[in-house]
Amino acid sequence: MIDIQIKQEPLSLNDCMTFVQEESVGGIVHFVGTVRNQTQGKKVLRLEFESYIPMAKKEMKKIAEEILKKWDIKKIAIHHRIGVLEVGEIPVIITVSAAHRKEAFEACQFAIDTLKKTVPIWKKEIFENGEIWVAAHP
Amino acid sequence: MTIEIIAFGIAKDIFKKNKLIFEIEEKTTVLSLKKELIKKFPELKKLHSFLIAINEEYAKDIYEIQQDDIVVIIPPVAGG
Repeated sequence: MIDIQIKQEPLSLNDCMTFVQEESVGGIVHFVGTVRNQTQGKKVLRLEFESYIPMAKKEMKKIAEEILKKWDIKKIAIHHRIGVLEVGEIPVIITVSAAHRKEAFEACQFAIDTLKKTVPIWKKEIFENGEIWVAAHP
Repeated sequence: MTIEIIAFGIAKDIFKKNKLIFEIEEKTTVLSLKKELIKKFPELKKLHSFLIAINEEYAKDIYEIQQDDIVVIIPPVAGG
């Protein structure tokens, strides 16, 4: 029902798809996060992600469990990558399958919104002339 | 008692290391630990927020830290 992964290697949309697919599924929604080339006009060279992995996995599992309680969802995969990511690479994939699309869209949005608030993962943006921990300061 | 505090993200930069050995009194709560940390590392106050995790769960301010607890400082998260 739930597949949680945090890894250094590139993420696979196909792995997520394969995990959530089953005959009772009528719709699958993916959220795919990608590394953007700029932040507020500043050119981003790359991102560096780190995580408190055991706790992050627990928090990701909590999100998935809450989703299974709140929405009529079949399966959910939440995969997050850590380490150094270049522009265009994929730090996160969330894939949700359901009998009907409405639940899948809502649950997927909830998952990424909550992940950004609760899961202990940090990212540093590396610019041409400096670096910054994202969201650290008001 | 002596505890070890593990740091990630910007907290690691502020401590200038990823593990901090810290002396606290018996029955120190999470809230008073946070205050002590801010006293020693004023940079922490400039953060949007920071939380303490105990044994891989977000800890409440009133929790009293035990000798064997795994204490981790959690600066503002930014996954995704």
